[in-house]
Amino acid sequence: MKRRNMLMTLTAALALSVTQGTAALAQNPVLKIGFVGVTSGPAAAWGISNQRSMETRAAWINEIGGYKIGDVTYDIEIVSFDDQKDPKRAIAGMEKMAQEGIHYVVGPNVDDGAAAVRPVAEANGIIYFPYAFPKALYTAPASNAVLGMVANYQSGPAIYKYLMEERGVGTVAFIAANESDPLSQRDSGRAAAEALGLEVVSANVTYQVDTTDFTPVLTPVIRTKPDLLVLSGVTPANAPQLIRSARELGFQGLISTETAQDAQVLRESAGDLANGFISVGGASTPEIASDDMNEFVARYTEMFGEYNDESNTKVYALEYILATLAANPAAIDDVEVFKQTIDAFEAPNPYMKGDAKMRYVGVSSFGQRRQIAVPLVVNVFQDGEFETLFVAEVD
Amino acid sequence: MEQVIVNGVYLGSQYAMIALGLTLIFALMNVLNFAHGQMYVIGGFVTYTFYGQFELPFVLALLMSCVTLAVLGALIEKFLFGPVIRRSAREESTMLLAAGIAFLLVFGEKQRGVPKIVDGVFNWDFRIIIPYDRVLICFLAILSIVAFITFMQFTRTGRALRAIAQDRVAAELMGVSVNRYSMIGFALGAMLAGLVGGLLVTITGVNLGMGGPTSIKAFMMVMIGGAGVISGAILGGFILGMLEAVGLAVLSQYGDITYLAIFVALMIFLAIRPQGLMGKPWG
Repeated sequence: MKRRNMLMTLTAALALSVTQGTAALAQNPVLKIGFVGVTSGPAAAWGISNQRSMETRAAWINEIGGYKIGDVTYDIEIVSFDDQKDPKRAIAGMEKMAQEGIHYVVGPNVDDGAAAVRPVAEANGIIYFPYAFPKALYTAPASNAVLGMVANYQSGPAIYKYLMEERGVGTVAFIAANESDPLSQRDSGRAAAEALGLEVVSANVTYQVDTTDFTPVLTPVIRTKPDLLVLSGVTPANAPQLIRSARELGFQGLISTETAQDAQVLRESAGDLANGFISVGGASTPEIASDDMNEFVARYTEMFGEYNDESNTKVYALEYILATLAANPAAIDDVEVFKQTIDAFEAPNPYMKGDAKMRYVGVSSFGQRRQIAVPLVVNVFQDGEFETLFVAEVD
Repeated sequence: MEQVIVNGVYLGSQYAMIALGLTLIFALMNVLNFAHGQMYVIGGFVTYTFYGQFELPFVLALLMSCVTLAVLGALIEKFLFGPVIRRSAREESTMLLAAGIAFLLVFGEKQRGVPKIVDGVFNWDFRIIIPYDRVLICFLAILSIVAFITFMQFTRTGRALRAIAQDRVAAELMGVSVNRYSMIGFALGAMLAGLVGGLLVTITGVNLGMGGPTSIKAFMMVMIGGAGVISGAILGGFILGMLEAVGLAVLSQYGDITYLAIFVALMIFLAIRPQGLMGKPWG
């Protein structure tokens, strides 16, 4: 009898706690925002920094009472899907988002995934924010994709020009993983370098993305003795290994990439050998970071134990989605309204000091506003930390 | 040419060590351990934690990798593989089980690395360039292989493991405790994965995604050398290392076709000699 009473009490307590929990969750209606990207494998750091940025920001918004869009205040829920860098899984992920009635999705992280999900997104009224560079995704007649970062064909020329003028670079070699993203970045990088008058001494050497020891791969490249070695589309996992092997092979020149990297990974895996490595940083530096950016970093670190510098860029996509919906609440269920809104959209940028604005750009690259404006920050790694080389803007 | 040979020997010694553990487990239990690459990754993470994070001596961290993986291997055999093999007549179950334990990793998404154990680069007039830490790792790998062969040849446990590999039933009839030595063998195979993971983390670093590709390369080496044959795994490792080094040197200007060429050659080779170089024709 006693046991039965105890069970009933436990059941009642459980039911009460569930009811209370539901009541707490039900205070605001929930707005679901999707994420489809790579959160496992060698490129996992790219997608995980996306997902964690979104989850950090969503938790922050929910903690302060929600996000007001029109007359309604929403709690934000992030629905995530790991596409494992596989286009087939990316399609499945986007279909899952459509089934859940989600209209705004961040990702995918790579070119083939972003291209693969396009028909699903267009058929189901989804606006998505890829971190992939093919211009066809953002150029008419395509209209549902919005580039979530600065493309390599926008940052590359700026970096090469700087290095030509400031460091006297005359020859360049490219090395890329044998995958669509790095190869397309290598090709556009090579075109940009040649257009600027640089001599390309090596651009054919590629490597498997799962390579762990780059000494044999880099040996023929280093023999060409370039002034600048460009690691096209390199993942944060591969960058320190490539740098380390290049330096150990006696390479004295400059090394750069147009992808974002992580200081801790470079510090641990390459140490001082990574000094002087130039990369496109997260869209923040101590000089331009606002209090909100600093709070975001603190919250992210508290939630996940360590920060990822890429998240300085990845924090923006969710902010743009919410701010654009706030600018025109009718877009919450209608992406055509969203598309009309972004042309004139402008809002204060909470992550930068001063009067910086959030706005959509990309007219010069894509002929329409299909790119979010984030600062182009070019960093140089020095003694374990990134130092800002220069800051620029797209468009 | 000299550089290609040096790269081949260096890669081959790494690969041979990875293949050794896989082929040992296959020989003893007829299990294709799809989690072998993940065990290698765990070995790397253990060394990373003790050497890179706690700043303990590298040798101690390496020892911790070996012990951790040996214990983990024994537990996996005792509680996962052993019971399934005894109860199931279908080989797919054990293969799926091995794939399943590949999801046990919880070390975070980032690439991890540790300080170099030896600084400096050997440079012979730009004909041979190789960092000293690679020379050391290559030497330690070859030393470990020799130690492993000696252990298998001249110890009571080694003889028992070889007996089980040759004929499980006959070994049991001769008084060998098959269950006990299967567990020891699995632990030894896992320990080898941990050892090579711990050694290579000083050069390649470690991340969660490394396990799958490592397993695939290990399977290739075992196929080249012959499944379940220790000498075959070593030979397969050195052949794959040499093929990779030659391919990267000769074919680099044509893009990343080294492994395409290796896979094509492997298909032709297996069509002619399906049991591998050292395997027996009856399996």
